[in-house]
Amino acid sequence: MTQQMNQTWIILGATSSMARAFGRAVAEQGAHVLIAGRDMDDLRGAAVDLTARGAASAQAVRFDAHDPATFAPIIDAALAQDGLINAAVFVGSMPPQAEIDADPALIDGVVVDSYTGPAKFLQALAPHMEARAGGTVVGVGSVAGDRGRIGNYVYGSAKAGFATYLSGLRNRLTRSGGHVVTVKPGFVDTAMTWGIEGMFLVAPPSKVAEDILRAVEKRRDVIYTPFFWRYIMLIIRSIPERLFKKLSV
Amino acid sequence: MLWKTTEYAAWGNVHKAKGQIARPERAATLERILAEAPAPAFGNRRSYGDSPLNDGGRAIDMTRMDKIIGFDPATGVVEAEAGVTLAELIRLFAAKGWIPAVVPGTGFATIGGAIANDVHGKNHHVDGSFGAHVLAITLQSAGKRVTATPERLKTLFRATLGGIGQTGVIVSAKLQMKRIPGAAMRVSERRIMSWKDHIDALEGSTATYAVSWIDAQAKGATMGRGILEEAELTDATPPGPSRAKSVPVAIGLFSNSLFARAFNEVYFRRVPEAGRTSVKRLEEFFFPLDKVHAMNRLYGKGGFHQFQCVVPPDQTEALGQMMSKIARSGLGSPLAVLKRMGPFRAGMLSFPTEGYTLAVDFPNRTRAVKLIEELEAMTAAAGGRLYLAKDSLAPGDTIKAMYPEWQAWAREAAKADPDGDLMTNMVRRLDLRTAAETTQ
Repeated sequence: MTQQMNQTWIILGATSSMARAFGRAVAEQGAHVLIAGRDMDDLRGAAVDLTARGAASAQAVRFDAHDPATFAPIIDAALAQDGLINAAVFVGSMPPQAEIDADPALIDGVVVDSYTGPAKFLQALAPHMEARAGGTVVGVGSVAGDRGRIGNYVYGSAKAGFATYLSGLRNRLTRSGGHVVTVKPGFVDTAMTWGIEGMFLVAPPSKVAEDILRAVEKRRDVIYTPFFWRYIMLIIRSIPERLFKKLSV
Repeated sequence: MLWKTTEYAAWGNVHKAKGQIARPERAATLERILAEAPAPAFGNRRSYGDSPLNDGGRAIDMTRMDKIIGFDPATGVVEAEAGVTLAELIRLFAAKGWIPAVVPGTGFATIGGAIANDVHGKNHHVDGSFGAHVLAITLQSAGKRVTATPERLKTLFRATLGGIGQTGVIVSAKLQMKRIPGAAMRVSERRIMSWKDHIDALEGSTATYAVSWIDAQAKGATMGRGILEEAELTDATPPGPSRAKSVPVAIGLFSNSLFARAFNEVYFRRVPEAGRTSVKRLEEFFFPLDKVHAMNRLYGKGGFHQFQCVVPPDQTEALGQMMSKIARSGLGSPLAVLKRMGPFRAGMLSFPTEGYTLAVDFPNRTRAVKLIEELEAMTAAAGGRLYLAKDSLAPGDTIKAMYPEWQAWAREAAKADPDGDLMTNMVRRLDLRTAAETTQ
């Protein structure tokens, strides 16, 4: 109940339903929550919601992966609280591959949203986490990052880059008592997947949030959620490239 | 994607609709949808019939609009988006000493649905319907947002309570919650041996929460027997929660009269002859069936109907005749409830009115449909009314005759939604909106 008391969670991309569910989970445990994103109206409403649900405090702050000037005020707000600082990154963008094929310049945006934007933020935050000797970073990647597929390989490659970044950050933060959890969700029932054909075993965001929080508490390194995606991706990864290149999975 | 083409149904699973559904997660998305293509909204679709359906058209699923947008621990006033469920309000606020003043038999009902159907609970005779505790409702239609209260835009307010979503999409509401001494109920249960005893017991009950389970299969001298449950809020400590169960496939057990008779016998005898008192968790008392997920599958793939009527206090004999008819048919499922209702009415199309309400589930079969039609006619003859949240069979003229304010309601709905964008299968079946201008 009180595991997250005296802790601060920065949630990047807080308007997504997965982030909202995770914010509620840490709020109910009494954490201070900084919800960051672009839709300030939604975030201000969400701050009231999190307070009503038990957050020690909840504050809406602006975060734009394309605008590094938005980063420092968020970090300052986190530093204003005592205790450990944690961050959960739910940002990313996935334009349809066909749009990217038509306009390759879109790749830059995908990479900033899904990788370099959050990585720059975390890079700026890391020294403060080290100074406070602890804290956890949750980085939400995607099973799409495990293997390049015809349907979304630009998004997948950005998430793969982010996953490698998280692995390195874990290596760094562990020396000061901190930790990094890499989360690879399968299909989650969000606005992003709503109405897309071919979805199966779709998990509710609240289930994913529960899995993430458990992984934080147990200091797991990499989790798939729901868990069975570990096995699905094991199979996908073990298909020889010679064969995989002909598939459209 | 914004729109998902899908087939969907309400709780009774009899009527199905196919169409495009949007499920906004943010106010900005909802506003955009309503500006482009206004459509009726639904919550968790726990009404039984066709009220949340819009076959061939669009609809808005409000379940992700679920933020608490204000709470004052001193006064118990909560403001929340329409998709917040009543079980969630209990989960969040009971520990702080507040619960919704009125909850129906399922905690999956959303605030929007509770308003649109002006639901009632086991305490209607004391606390009135859900609408009695609504302080403000914010409605959105194409391009405009209005807030109606009992004082401001009060006609719109009364047209919205029980108004099956026809006066604008309910986006949020402010509710006065009820102060509780502790998060538990002290529940007394006792056997009632006959119809007459049942009416006497309900009439004489002084409990804040009172409801009866009735054995819809018991005939002859035992006709109308059941278990009267009376309860008060308490600060005693309840037992821990039991594990949720789920009905994995549609198996149709409740559609089998042999099973129903056996089940009812055991259910009746589970309460000792001398009665018993126990302390229960709030959720267990309010929402006993919610812990069995997808329990509507117990009626098989064909789905089921719920018949629910209320008749005036002096019509208990007519209601007894209806009960006899149900018992003789052998079609009634184990889910049957009898309750005394108080005089409070909130909205123009609100169901609750002083008298006795009877609710019985029936499997969706030709014989049951015919029986329900007979029961509807008997309800009309007794000066009673049917509940729109449950109905999917009644003719429009029957319903209109039961709701004397429907024309005023239809005019208010036409003002809020002049193009009829919010019309649903139910509204079309009952022809509830088109006659408004000619009867003005």
